[in-house]
Amino acid sequence: MLETVGVASIDDLFSDVPEAARLDGSVDLPPKATEIAVERAFTRMSRRNLSAGEAPFFVGAGAYKHHVPATVDHMIQRSEYLTSYTPYQPEISQGTLQTLFEFQTQVAALTGMDIANASMYDGSTSCAEAVLMASRVTKRKKAVMSGNLHPHYASSTHTLAKYMDINTVSQDANPGSLDDIAAAIDDETACVVVQNPDVFGQVHDLEPLAKAAHDKGALLIAVFTEVLSLGLMKSPGSMGADIVVGEGQSLGVGLQFGGPYVGLFACRGDRNFLRNMPGRLAGETVDADGRRGFVLTLSTREQHIRRDKATSNICTNSGLMALAWTVHMTLLGQAGFTKLARINHERACELADRLSALPGVELVTDAFFNEFTIRLPGDAAKVVQALADKGVLGGVPASRLYPGKGHDDLLLVAATETNTPEDFDALEAALKEVL
Amino acid sequence: MAMNTQGRPSRPLHVYDAGAYTDTFSGSKGLDQAEPLIFERGAFDNCGVDLEEPKGTKTRLGGLDRQDALGLPGLSEPETVRHYVRLSRKNYAIDLGLYPLGSCTMKHNPRLNEKLARLPGFIDIHPLQPQSTVQGAFELIGELAHWLMTLTNTPCVAMSPKAGAHGELCGMMAIRAALDARGESKRRRVLVPESAHGTNPATAVQCGFTVDEIPADAGGRVDMEAFKAKLGDDVAGIMLTNPNTCGLFERDIKEIADLIHEAGGYFYCDGANFNAIVGRVRPGDLGIDAMHINLHKTFSTPHGGGGPGSGPTVFSEALAPYAPVPYVVKENDTWRMVEQEADAEGEPFGRMVAFHGNMGMFTRALSYMMSHGSDGLKQVAEDAVLNANYIQARLTGVMTPAFEGTCMHEALFDDRFLEGTGVSTLDFAKAMIDEGYHPMTMYFPLVVHGAMLIEPTETESKGSLDRFCDTLEGLANAAKAGETERFTAAPRHAPAKRLDETQAARNPVLRWVPQEATPQAAE
Repeated sequence: MLETVGVASIDDLFSDVPEAARLDGSVDLPPKATEIAVERAFTRMSRRNLSAGEAPFFVGAGAYKHHVPATVDHMIQRSEYLTSYTPYQPEISQGTLQTLFEFQTQVAALTGMDIANASMYDGSTSCAEAVLMASRVTKRKKAVMSGNLHPHYASSTHTLAKYMDINTVSQDANPGSLDDIAAAIDDETACVVVQNPDVFGQVHDLEPLAKAAHDKGALLIAVFTEVLSLGLMKSPGSMGADIVVGEGQSLGVGLQFGGPYVGLFACRGDRNFLRNMPGRLAGETVDADGRRGFVLTLSTREQHIRRDKATSNICTNSGLMALAWTVHMTLLGQAGFTKLARINHERACELADRLSALPGVELVTDAFFNEFTIRLPGDAAKVVQALADKGVLGGVPASRLYPGKGHDDLLLVAATETNTPEDFDALEAALKEVL
Repeated sequence: MAMNTQGRPSRPLHVYDAGAYTDTFSGSKGLDQAEPLIFERGAFDNCGVDLEEPKGTKTRLGGLDRQDALGLPGLSEPETVRHYVRLSRKNYAIDLGLYPLGSCTMKHNPRLNEKLARLPGFIDIHPLQPQSTVQGAFELIGELAHWLMTLTNTPCVAMSPKAGAHGELCGMMAIRAALDARGESKRRRVLVPESAHGTNPATAVQCGFTVDEIPADAGGRVDMEAFKAKLGDDVAGIMLTNPNTCGLFERDIKEIADLIHEAGGYFYCDGANFNAIVGRVRPGDLGIDAMHINLHKTFSTPHGGGGPGSGPTVFSEALAPYAPVPYVVKENDTWRMVEQEADAEGEPFGRMVAFHGNMGMFTRALSYMMSHGSDGLKQVAEDAVLNANYIQARLTGVMTPAFEGTCMHEALFDDRFLEGTGVSTLDFAKAMIDEGYHPMTMYFPLVVHGAMLIEPTETESKGSLDRFCDTLEGLANAAKAGETERFTAAPRHAPAKRLDETQAARNPVLRWVPQEATPQAAE
């Protein structure tokens, strides 16, 4: 091969590298390891973690443990999905493109919106991109964010917005109720960002807020971190949201220590919205024989065409996780999705009753889906650690999300279809012991 | 005003309406099987998952119970499997053949990585579990960070960016934060070569910068005179891809780094092409201040039809204090994750994403790195560069390389060899589909006319490269011999013929809508 290329050695191919930057020898890292050795090292590290399946598990706050049907993981390991690139050549990417078109339809239906894109990185970045989009649509530079928006979402949004000179105004959190965001909306406000169910689990009627926003010419961005809640609750679209974003992790994706997840992004279908939407879109068209087919479309919004005028810098998104999501949703259908949502809700109701019956424990959220907040007679972080020492993963202390904000006695507890009666017994017993 | 009510309605079932369009009754052609949308075949009361029966107790949703149906069909498990398997067969994939997309690095994805990423201790842990219960996860992140910092010779890496463009954002935000900390509110101009990925200018703008393009010289590299002329006290920095998108190493990179630093700016390096130099060149030695690394390119995590990716971003001493949260630290034998800005040592510019980044990609990338080791990674770069040069050398007689001399990991051709043939770069690419290959990257970089950017990666054998080159030779000769229709009518053997992208954009149909008024839509 070197002879064909016309060089004497591999080194000749690196002759453009400045001499001072050429490495003599190798970098200071271990040499190659065998498959067995790598597997051994990974197994050792993985055993230092307490996996959700090994413990009574009640952790939520933006990521939820749900059963993923075996079919889902099998499908996403199909070579044709796993090892393909972004479908830039539609004639040999109809598989990916049709599944994305179906994904978009499912997301739009679920959120009660006209259109949805082909996914974002995750819920938090969807939220941030929604705020940027609202600013482009309204040509305004202020975003009012509920204090009950997941703090990671709020700070991710603040980070992305601040250098675009978009002012993000956050309220203080108000566990069990909604903070008074309507009062913060003015004529400069591009959007109001509210999470439902909120980070504490409390559900809200968004209609009054939608009206308050629209009265001032602002958009309502509705955020969810538990997509399953949409199976039982009024859709954000029907309550007046203009943009709906959230985390799709609950369907098909698994916990994965925070990623990769799948960001869902849906909005109204007005031209102005469509033009300003971030992310990829699959659209329907015909081929040269007049047969239906799908392509990536409206890419004049995107960075590879539009460069510094693009609606977002996003390129790679979360295609394979969108596939996992849509396979799971297809298996469920509306009947299964609604049923699964109901099972989750019933589990949470039962657990909330059992825990709030414990001495000194008080239920903070009176209306919730599958996650609720309780007030403990003591520091929730210490309780969670004590529970973990007993092999129970009991929830997320509010202080982990709101350090130093006076919420140290609050505990967020999630229950899903994966919890057994024995899990409930274990949590109840362990709590009794440590409280 | 819903778009789909004013636009063209979703089309009826052409695939079952077969006679007019295809030469079979079913719409299928042998193994290429017609497959309708789930909405056209699914029964709306079907469910393919075994679920217990809910108890039917009263809800506690504050009266916000959903009243309307979701409108989503369900398929049984066998129907679901068949739907997605049938569709999968309409996709090209690296597992099916050489995937020469320049700049995208479609290399083999080792299956060991998939296996290890699915260990329950990694895939089934929650990002907000007590830190004492995820010490192994922190250890893995710390280990991967150590490999990345060592390979780049940099003192700091932010692990949370979710993809390459997100890593660019991370790097440029750190630059912005550093400038703000210096009180330099005037420095808002970022120099970006014309040949850059589109994400570069888009990212710069998201950080509040303006973009000033630097032209390429005749050799495909940064025009040094033009670059020097653009330096000034309003320059925030430069975003430079190295090796660049023409597949060339920027020979003057150290001088560029020195000059941008002297001018008071920072050097952002787009690391999308790190696979060409990994193990042989450490970007930190070249004077960079920030660089993202695409784990889904250099370190073999699968592209998945468009993600997920992962874009850890390394920083120089100058920018390290501004790196975002979260990050892991090891104290004695215990790992800890710093999640809050207030708890960080430096002055982080903020948080980019919920939780800690794409753990699933970290496991896969580290598995790849450990399997290769320092020696194997160096060979990755060498083989990738050798393979690209072999293609360039073999095709030089029939196709026209855009620049003289050897290349790095990708070979760039222009369309001079198609002059007068009536065949465009697009036609040539589509003809490759009929030959069983995914086309190369076309019309990028923009600085080369009718560009064809070919990146074979290190995982192709010589035999595979020879078959590919034979095919391209055959096509180039056919174009020159006037077999125009072979190209303009291509692809003829793909699951779809050429698709009308203009119509898709003009009348956007972005979701299926029920065809209540169209009786023939019924099965």
